Amino acid sequence: MSTPDKQLLVVVGAGPHNATRARDALDLVLTSAAFEIGVGILFRDDAVYQLLPQQQADAIDAKSLAANLQALPLYDVEQLYAPRSALEARGLDPDNLLLPVQLLDDNATAALLHSYGQILSF
Amino acid sequence: MILHTVNRAPGSHAALQQCIQALSGPAALLLIEDGVYGATPAFTRLFHRLDGTVHCYVLAADLQARGIDALVDGRFQVIDDAAFVQLSLDCDKMVAWY
Repeated sequence: MSTPDKQLLVVVGAGPHNATRARDALDLVLTSAAFEIGVGILFRDDAVYQLLPQQQADAIDAKSLAANLQALPLYDVEQLYAPRSALEARGLDPDNLLLPVQLLDDNATAALLHSYGQILSF
Repeated sequence: MILHTVNRAPGSHAALQQCIQALSGPAALLLIEDGVYGATPAFTRLFHRLDGTVHCYVLAADLQARGIDALVDGRFQVIDDAAFVQLSLDCDKMVAWY
């Protein structure tokens, strides 16, 4: 796997049912991983809601992103981050998420943005 | 250098605050679309923690469209679309805070 400065960071801020932005971000991540492009994800703002378990998207005739998210480890995408403030502001328990994410304070988030070679935002 | 863009008004969205919290120089911060409301005096307190390594810009057309071109805080350099393109070329990557 290449060093971070050659890797792509996908920054996603959309909630699970802000369909296009959230789904496009995950599609890009999985595609990048399939092409052996090192990729990480920063779940910011409402995107942290994507990580809540027990989403029943069929209740509103929508497709759940949970399956896409759970495919990430299979594609060796393990660099998952979220600002601690985003979870706290929404009262989410970091130990009760679909996937393990690394919690970042503000300085660590700033450093993360500097460390990746390319960034795409959704 | 990273170019950060914000297109949400700070009165109703947290995007600008989140951007500033995760921003460290060298960087450029550009307010566009509804984000330009963030350049008005009411929100100058949000920018206090930014030091000289962060250059703040605001897009002229969006200011004029919203009738606030006379209200821009002195910290901001008003730029046109061509300068926006040049800025995005000068920076090596970009983060959009939707």
